[in-house]
Amino acid sequence: MTNASDSATIELRNVNKWYGDFHVLRDINMQVGRGEKVVICGPSGSGKSTLIRCINRLEEHQEGDIIVNGVELTQNVKNIDEVRRHVGMVFQNFNLFPHLTVLDNLVLAPNLVNSVPRQDAENLAMELLERVRIPEQANKYPGQLSGGQQQRVAIARSLMMKPEVMLFDEPTSALDPEMISEVLDVMGELADDGMTMICVTHEMGFAKQVADLVVFMADGEVVEAAPPTEFFTNAQNPRTQQFLKQILSH
Amino acid sequence: MTSHHLISNAQTGASAARPAPVAASGLVHWARHNLFDGIHNTIFTLLCCALLIATVPDLFRWAIWDAAWTSANGADACKATTGACWAVVQEKYRLMLFGTYPYEQHWRGALVVLILGGMSIVSGFRIFWTKWLLVAWGGAWVAIFVLQLGGVFGLVSTPTHLWGGLPLTLLIFFGTVIGGLPVAILLALGRQSNLPIIKALCIGFVEMVRGVPLVTVLFMAALIFPLFVPESMTPDKFVRALIGMLMFFAAYAADIFRGGLQAIPRGQYEAAEALGLPYWQKTTRIILPQTLRIVLPALMNDIIRAFKNTTFIAIIGLFDILGATKSALEDPIWVSYGTEAYLFVIALYFVVCFSMSKYSVSLERDLNKGNVR
Ligand SMILES: Nc1ncnc2c1ncn2[C@@H]1O[C@H](COP(=O)(O)OP(=O)(O)O)[C@@H](O)[C@H]1O
Ligand SMILES: [Mg+2]
Repeated sequence: MTNASDSATIELRNVNKWYGDFHVLRDINMQVGRGEKVVICGPSGSGKSTLIRCINRLEEHQEGDIIVNGVELTQNVKNIDEVRRHVGMVFQNFNLFPHLTVLDNLVLAPNLVNSVPRQDAENLAMELLERVRIPEQANKYPGQLSGGQQQRVAIARSLMMKPEVMLFDEPTSALDPEMISEVLDVMGELADDGMTMICVTHEMGFAKQVADLVVFMADGEVVEAAPPTEFFTNAQNPRTQQFLKQILSH
Repeated sequence: MTSHHLISNAQTGASAARPAPVAASGLVHWARHNLFDGIHNTIFTLLCCALLIATVPDLFRWAIWDAAWTSANGADACKATTGACWAVVQEKYRLMLFGTYPYEQHWRGALVVLILGGMSIVSGFRIFWTKWLLVAWGGAWVAIFVLQLGGVFGLVSTPTHLWGGLPLTLLIFFGTVIGGLPVAILLALGRQSNLPIIKALCIGFVEMVRGVPLVTVLFMAALIFPLFVPESMTPDKFVRALIGMLMFFAAYAADIFRGGLQAIPRGQYEAAEALGLPYWQKTTRIILPQTLRIVLPALMNDIIRAFKNTTFIAIIGLFDILGATKSALEDPIWVSYGTEAYLFVIALYFVVCFSMSKYSVSLERDLNKGNVR
């Protein structure tokens, strides 16, 4: 953790991004070490989604460097493909493919992108569905599952590509309360297995348990970054304190 | 939280779950609720009954009871009755169905119709939707062109200007749809392109074709096109008509696909991209299958319209089934029995279009099964 740029899987240097005239990311500097977990929180509209979507190039940054696994994200399509091969992403709204069964949702990408034979991909898929505890849903369509089940399928789908980094963008925000823990449990196990994770979430219990670093963003900038023990007990910036007061009060 | 005496309350406890009350059913119940529901409805129902009683017996008498069925003695049977002259169909059906195609070769046209009809029916069943179906279609088209064109395997050569009737109608229709759909999809995708030139070309083409009537597109293809292109390079009239029909169909279908593409949530693109799927795989495996489901009803409408539009090729001198029927009726003996002949053609169009319409409804239901949201 001392010399970040040597061991970091993900490195952002002076990243800036605008939507038209709106400066959505301002001078972001961040390093994520291999196997480490970073939780990003902050008020709605502060640029959290934009930030993690820049890491797999769903959004394009205009200034600064983003380096993932030693590959720099530029216009170069090859680099983008390379980065996406190593980075999985889980979305707030699951984004499962509704016209495919759960099994086909999982098998599709490794089969097409990495040319994994269908049988092998199916075996891996069943293994992963076992791991997220819904093997019995393999032949259903996403629309037939509950939100919590869909999100677990989405996590399994990402894991099919054997990513080294997982990005989560508010994975439990669209879920009914009783389903949140089943998803967080799966994410916790993933963390225990040593996955490198960046997770946008307001589940502060999860952050306390799992995160190595909690980052607070507001208005497109990193306002505070600290290990959870320090972050939750000894936040320096008044905006962080204000945010924590609001979010922990209920 | 109010401090005064609380009025809001809820009472606990309920009986055990029980079945829903049985809705009344049966014919009498249905009739009372749908036909004799109030004074206006009752009057309307009685009026309709009166109308049916006044017309149905006469229609039955004309079409069945008094009708002349056989042309064994030419048109004599027809002259002798006031009923329908179905004999005209018996007498002329081969001319109507095959037009100017050489008489002794009609079996080849009939085979083409059978192959196309049979393959269409087989293709309707989802269990056959495998790559073997594509292989079978490939084989079917080879057979169709061998049969229809001749000149090989000892078959008499029958170039396209001899084609006519139902085979011609079907070939134009299938060519229009099979060729037009990929063009339409490419046009719709091109419209979404980041490259301004491609985008402008696609928009320009679609808007231009949609801005003119089909007849003008066909005249363009048939008459104006040869003026600019040297004789030797001008494709024959059938191909030109097909290209005209295809472009017209593709322009409309492209707009349908555009609407469907717009209805796909951004998250679907993003999930595919995040998984590393390249453009064509993302498009063919994720985006288009979902688009197809959305556009199916509208697309089926356009496909049915394309079938009816085949009648326009008569305008540029091709004898589709309608054109062939018209020329078959130039025979002075039968000229006055056009109504019956055209009714036969109408029935044919109706059967085809109605089947397509029914099929699209069932397919829609079938495809949506997996998609309960
Ligand atoms: N495609 C876009 N075009 C313009 N503005 C956008 C776009 N996406 C997000 N924004 C704006 O950028 C800001 C940050 O968005 P986002 O990263 O989604 O915030 P967060 O995830 O922290 O809630 C918001 O003000 C949002 O309205
Ligand atoms: Mg967000």
